[in-house]
Amino acid sequence: MNRIDERFVKLRNEGKVAFIPFITCGDPSLSLTPKLVLELEKGGADIVELGVPFSEPLADGKVIQGATERALKNKVTLSKVIDLVKDLRKETDIPIVLLSYYNPIYRYGIVRFVEDAVRASIDGVIIPDLPPEEADILKEKAMELDFATIFLVSPTSTEHRIKLITRYSTGFIYYVSLEGTTGMRERLEETIQYNIETIRAFTNKPIGVGFGIGTEDQARRVAEVCDAVIVGSAIVSLIDKNKDNEKLLEIIGGFARKLSIGIKKVRK
Amino acid sequence: MLPNGKGHFNLDDTFFGGRFVPETVMSTLEELEDFYLKIKEDESFLSELNYYLKEYAGRPTPLYYAKNLTEKLNGAKIYLKREDLCHTGAHKINNTLGQVLLAKKMGKKRVIAETGAGQHGVAVATAASFFGLECEVYMGDIDLKRQSLNVFRMELLGARVIPVYSGSKTLKDAINEAIRDWVTNVRSTHYVIGSVVGPHPYPMMVRDFQSVIGKETRKQILEIEGRLPDYLLACVGGGSNAIGLFHPLYNDPVKFIGVEAGGKGLHTRHHAASLVSGSLGILHGSLSYVLQDLDGQITPTYSISAGLDYPGVGPEHAFYKDTGRAEYVAVSDEEALEGFSLLATTEGIMPALEPSHAIAYCKKLAPKLEKDKLIVVNLSGRGDKDVQVVEEALRRK
Repeated sequence: MNRIDERFVKLRNEGKVAFIPFITCGDPSLSLTPKLVLELEKGGADIVELGVPFSEPLADGKVIQGATERALKNKVTLSKVIDLVKDLRKETDIPIVLLSYYNPIYRYGIVRFVEDAVRASIDGVIIPDLPPEEADILKEKAMELDFATIFLVSPTSTEHRIKLITRYSTGFIYYVSLEGTTGMRERLEETIQYNIETIRAFTNKPIGVGFGIGTEDQARRVAEVCDAVIVGSAIVSLIDKNKDNEKLLEIIGGFARKLSIGIKKVRK
Repeated sequence: MLPNGKGHFNLDDTFFGGRFVPETVMSTLEELEDFYLKIKEDESFLSELNYYLKEYAGRPTPLYYAKNLTEKLNGAKIYLKREDLCHTGAHKINNTLGQVLLAKKMGKKRVIAETGAGQHGVAVATAASFFGLECEVYMGDIDLKRQSLNVFRMELLGARVIPVYSGSKTLKDAINEAIRDWVTNVRSTHYVIGSVVGPHPYPMMVRDFQSVIGKETRKQILEIEGRLPDYLLACVGGGSNAIGLFHPLYNDPVKFIGVEAGGKGLHTRHHAASLVSGSLGILHGSLSYVLQDLDGQITPTYSISAGLDYPGVGPEHAFYKDTGRAEYVAVSDEEALEGFSLLATTEGIMPALEPSHAIAYCKKLAPKLEKDKLIVVNLSGRGDKDVQVVEEALRRK
C-alpha cells in the first residue's frame, strides 16, 4: 500500500482529518526545502505537497507566482526536485506528493517521470493542467507502480466530470474550493459542503480541500466537511516574509502547528 | 476534417492540440464546444455573421495583383490578400465578430482577451462595443509601451486595458493573466482567444472563423486567373491568419509556406520561431511546438513584431509541419523591415510588421520562380500601428 493510502486509513480509524501543507521546492533555497519539510512534519503535517516551479503558473495567484519565480532563479528543475526527495527519504517517511504543471513532466518523459519518482519514494503527483481525458499514459504507468494520481474537482465540474475524476484519482481527490487561482481569501465559499456531499455520492476515496484556506479558523471549519485540508499560499507567503529571518524554520513550524491543531480538533 | 472530438490532430501514435487546462474551465470548454458545433451549422447564425462580415467589416477583401512588386522582383506573379483593408486594419476582426456574437448568444455578459500587438485587442474591443458586451483586455507591459497607439484605441472603444507585469511582460504572460481571470469569472465571461492556439475547441473555432480568408482567396484566384495558386505565403505567430488562408485549400495541390519571426537570427536566442526551432510541449492548453529549455521551462522570445512574439504556435500548424503539408521558414527583423519598405515603395502599401515577414520571404522566393507561377501573400494587417517602431529601427541602422 502506498504511504498516502496508509496515512488516510490510519487517520480514518482515528476519526481525524489530514493536514497537507504546500511549499514550492527551492523557495527560498534548495537547501532550506528539506528543512522546511521536516519542520512541517514536526508541526503536524500528514502529507507534504512539494511544488515544482514552471515558468507559466496559470492556475496560481500572486503569492505562488512569486515563489515560482524565486525557485526558477535558483535553477530548480524537476530532476532536482526528485533528487531532493530521494535524499530527504533518509530522514523522513512522510508521504510526499509533487505538484507540477504538465509541461516539465511531459518534457522529462511521462513514463520516466513516474519511474524516477517512485524510485525516489515520491508517493504521487497533482497536475493542475492535466484533466483525466489526457492522462492515459500517466495513469497506466502510475497504476503499475502504485503511484498516486490526484486529479482536481472544481465547483464548476459537472456530474459526468466528477464521475470521471473520482474514477481516475488515487490517493485522494483534490477539491478546489473556489472559482479562481490559488491564494488566501477572507471568506470560505459557501458551496464547499454541498459540493463535497455531491462528490461523496460518487466515491469513497478521501477528499482534500485546497485553494483559499489560510487561517486556523478556516482550516478547522473546512476540516469538518472533508478528509484533508490543503494550505499553500498562507505558508508560502510566510516563508517569503521571513526568508532572511534566522527563525524562519521555527516560524513555519509554529504556523503549521497552529493549523494542524485546528484541523485535529475535528473528530469524525 | 480534423481535429477529432478531443481536439486532437492525430499523427501516427502522437497528436497535437488537446485540452490541458485547470478543471475549473473544463466544463466551460465542453459547453463552448457543444454550443459552437451547433451554431456553426445554424443558418440564421451564419447569415447574421456573414452580414456583419460584409456590411460592417468590409468583406470580401480584394485579392490584389501587385503588379509593381511582381515587376520589381521579376519572377512569379504576386497577389496580395488585402486583410489590411478589413475594419480595424487586420484579419483579427473575422474571429472576434464570430466569437463575440457567439458569446452573446451563449448569454455571456463580459468578454476578455489577451493582445500582443494590440490588433486582436482592438478587434475584440470593437466587436464588444458593437454587440454591447463589457470588455477587458490583458496586455504585457512591454507590448503596451511599444504599441501605445493601440492601447488608446481600445480605450476609446470602451474597453479596459489591464497591464500585465508578470514574467516576460509580453503576449504569453497576457494569456496567463487572461486565463487566471477566466477561471475566476468563468460563468459570466467568454475568453476570446485571438489565435489558433489554446485548448480545444479554440484552435478549431478560430480557424473556422478565419477560413473566410482562404475561401475568398480560392474563389477570387479562380475568377481572375482561372486556376489555383502555386504558393500561399503567410506569417505565423500563433498562426491564425496563416491557417485561415491555408485551411480551405488543404486538399488542393498548392504549397503552403508559413513565415516565422527570426528576430535577431535563429543562432541567437532572440527569435520567436517555434516551428522552425522549437520542440514539442504544452503551452496555454494545447500540445504543439514551443520554445523551451531542456527542463520544460518556456524560454523568452523576441521579435520586432509584437504580434509574432510568442513562444508557441497553433497545433494545426504543428500537424502541417510534421505531415509535410506546409513548410515553415523564418526571416529576421532586418529582412522584415526590408519587406516593409519594399511594399511601401513599390505598391504604396504599408504592411504591418507581422506580414512584412511574409513579404520578406516572398522577396526571396518570387525571383527564383518562373513568371507563370502564382504566389498569394496574406497581407494580414496594415502598418500604421508600426510606423514608430519602424522609424526607430531604421534610424538605428
